[in-house]
Amino acid sequence: MSGLSATRCGLPKESVAENGAPPRGKVLTIDTMNPTVKMVEYAVRGPIVQRAVELEKELSEGRKKPFQEVIKANIGDAHAMGQQPITFFRQVLALCSYPELLNDSTFPEDAKSRARRILQSCGGNSMGSYSASQGIDSVRQDVARYVQQRDGGVYCDPDNIYLTTGASDGIVTMLKLLVCGEGASRTGVMISIPQYPLYSAALAELGAVQINYYLNEEACWSMDIGELQRALDEARGHCNPRALCIINPGNPTGQVQNRKCIEDVIRFAAKERLFLMADEVYQDNVYADGCEFHSFKKVLFEMGPEYSNTVELASFHSTSKCYMGECGFRGGYMEIINMDDEVKAQLTKLVSVRLCPPVPGQALMGLVVNPPQPGEPSHENFMKERTATLSALADKARLTEEVLNTVPGISCNPVQGAMYSFPRISIPEKAVKEAAGQGQQPDMFYCMRLLEETGICLVPGSGFGQKDGTYHFRMTILPPADKLKILLSKVKEFHQRFTKQYS
Amino acid sequence: TFHFKCDIQGEKKPYKDVIDVCWGDPHGAGMKPLTFVRQVLAACIYPQLLDGGNLPMDVKRRAQKLLRWCDGGSVGSYTNTGGILEIVENLAQFISQRDGVPAHPENIWIHPGSQTILTLLLSSEATPKRGVLVPVPGHSTVPLSVAALGGVAAPYFLDEERGWELRADELRRALASARGVCRPVALYVINPGNPTGHVQSRKSMEEVIRFVAENNLFLLADEVYQGSVYDANSEFVSYKKRLYELGPPLAHTLELASFHSASKGLLGECGLRGGYVELLNMDPVVMPYVERLFHLIPSPPVTGQIALELMVEPPQPGDPSYPLYMHVSPKVHRNRSSDIQSAAPMLQVLNRLPAISCQPVRGGAFAFPRLHLTTKAIRKAKDAGMQPDMFYCTKLLEDTGVFVSPGCEYGQKEGTYHIRFGFLPKHHLVRLSAFHLKFMKDLS
Repeated sequence: MSGLSATRCGLPKESVAENGAPPRGKVLTIDTMNPTVKMVEYAVRGPIVQRAVELEKELSEGRKKPFQEVIKANIGDAHAMGQQPITFFRQVLALCSYPELLNDSTFPEDAKSRARRILQSCGGNSMGSYSASQGIDSVRQDVARYVQQRDGGVYCDPDNIYLTTGASDGIVTMLKLLVCGEGASRTGVMISIPQYPLYSAALAELGAVQINYYLNEEACWSMDIGELQRALDEARGHCNPRALCIINPGNPTGQVQNRKCIEDVIRFAAKERLFLMADEVYQDNVYADGCEFHSFKKVLFEMGPEYSNTVELASFHSTSKCYMGECGFRGGYMEIINMDDEVKAQLTKLVSVRLCPPVPGQALMGLVVNPPQPGEPSHENFMKERTATLSALADKARLTEEVLNTVPGISCNPVQGAMYSFPRISIPEKAVKEAAGQGQQPDMFYCMRLLEETGICLVPGSGFGQKDGTYHFRMTILPPADKLKILLSKVKEFHQRFTKQYS
Repeated sequence: TFHFKCDIQGEKKPYKDVIDVCWGDPHGAGMKPLTFVRQVLAACIYPQLLDGGNLPMDVKRRAQKLLRWCDGGSVGSYTNTGGILEIVENLAQFISQRDGVPAHPENIWIHPGSQTILTLLLSSEATPKRGVLVPVPGHSTVPLSVAALGGVAAPYFLDEERGWELRADELRRALASARGVCRPVALYVINPGNPTGHVQSRKSMEEVIRFVAENNLFLLADEVYQGSVYDANSEFVSYKKRLYELGPPLAHTLELASFHSASKGLLGECGLRGGYVELLNMDPVVMPYVERLFHLIPSPPVTGQIALELMVEPPQPGDPSYPLYMHVSPKVHRNRSSDIQSAAPMLQVLNRLPAISCQPVRGGAFAFPRLHLTTKAIRKAKDAGMQPDMFYCTKLLEDTGVFVSPGCEYGQKEGTYHIRFGFLPKHHLVRLSAFHLKFMKDLS
């Protein structure tokens, strides 16, 4: 990353007076532009990241700073932080890219047979061909098998599987289908606060009504049906609530919902006739003892036909997280349950407009759901790598929670899963006032200061949403353990310094 | 149509394979990927290959360079929203060299397709609805996107008798007609044309530019086939270059979005999804919002970015991979592709057949011949509940396994019928010709 973003993103002042009147004759101006775009914001790559990129540039130009490097603990990018890719997956993808390598004896047989199978499913035996819009058939079948196995045998129809360009693409596609109406009948979508800002940005772009329901920080960020009901009842006055989004394991909060909670949510969705959107991209990232990932689909079907025949559900997964961390490949899928047939036909049409998801990402998704099996040559090494990555993450999750909880004024819920900690921080009144004076949210003010003094880039809680009067930041647990230790101690020192300065 | 093809598989047929020349998919139609591209891609994905002795030195150096540009040295990392900085800079250089006009990295975004710019231009809440003028015939993704965003795709007809020329009087007619149902905000052109295979003349491009300026429209130029020009008398000129040739004030005010990708031309890497848009003369106040919209896509696929990089930075004379690269594409330095068969021999065959005629294919990847169907054929199609050209394509597929797409999917003048297909090797052309003769005879 370097200065390009900074160049692009010097946000010009918005007032017309400072800018002068817009150039005469422009077709696309701030006034003619799609008005919903003005509401779009995405904190994870927002102003603090732009500043971080500027600082990196300054460092590389030899400017003196109170730190040697910028540590970007803002984005859930595992490889950028040194996590290693899974060898088997990269071997198969290399074989698919350059099939001459099928003659190379250094590649294991199981990798080669997977590659051959993928290539046979591609037009002209090449990953450079378009695939069907819904995704490569054999990959969708592999996904269906995986889901079925994961969910204890609950049947999965490959026809309900849509491969996507990462999970974000699937989520946005579903939201497009769900959003309609005008004024008081405009679609409302329930999202958890704190939330992953893709949701709020997408809802803003689509002009949908965002319905916030608060996760319970005191109870480890669990969902509370009473709170869901409150949010829904309030929303019914000014919109038409149609969907409920859940992220489990949670981002940024890291909670893993227990089974009862998931059942309660399903009952709630059934009662209130809400379309369930279950973002489950962190399904393998579960660390805490006593916690277990329960897929919404599995629980739905175990609740019997009264629910499993009626509740409409879309589940999302991707290649970007878990133990793979392959964000750059843009692999993902969604499973659609109980969707009206006519709507499903429209969904199929909608995805065809973007032609197809990147084929290497599709191939990778196929490998993730169909990894080396016991007895296959690559199995042992695969399991070793997978276990090492997941246990390293678990260690880092524990370390993060421990260290942050030793800081007076910081309290961190257990990082039960996913890749982030979202500790609550106390910010002195004086600092709150100074932030207001600068037109900044207090936690943005805090994070900017942290960045300038330590080079550590985090995302302020205001970017994710939080209860009024509370402040948080989101920090990834991805840096290598030794760097993470340094990072945590620097955050601790900074917090104490900051608190003292503004006391 | 894809489902349709799958339906007939498994039945006994008088042919062994279905030849799919329906989608604009070079690899799917049998074109081989470029070795250099695939070697670099494999080495980037599995860097252990850099240690072995089997890959040429220039492949290794290139892969190492690309990996240095990736966070954590991995193609699995997110990149900058608009693409890896160094690749964007190389795209800028490519464009500058192509046009003789400077291109700036800040105006270039690696991102497949026109969705983002259309999202800005259109608005589902606008009344009257906003419109985009789109070519007929033209491939359907933009009209579909426009409709999905709450806009109106208003057609302008290319002139078949004049080699699918884009005429100013037709643009004026189309605009006036569009104003009856919407507020037009943009004009979308495809050059070289898809499916029509025309390459716009400089004069025609000037007319388009002046038309757009006079009528306060945003110009969207789909130039993905710029690497595929066959006709010795035709030349691809980018809209940006043409605009600059016309000088100020147009050159500094006309809003233009130009699209290119690694899906066509020499590379044909559709599945990797590598594309970019160059924005020109945008209102600076709008640019941060463009950025925000691009942020909603976490990262363009890295494999697609690699394809783009290799497209604009091919092997050079002296590089170990150069001879093989040039063997496949001897005219690469003149930006023409001879890897895709020239259309001329194919057209000669077609134009000699009765009841089928094809305008010269000067560029692009398709032939779009017109079927002169008899009344009997048209009636039979209607009885079957199908568009006449769809009926023809269905029968063609069932009888011969050759899978082409009907003109009705691209739009065409009322009462005319066409088929679109990629360039057919000789023996496939034979199947098509034999079918055509029989079809026309049976329904004469």
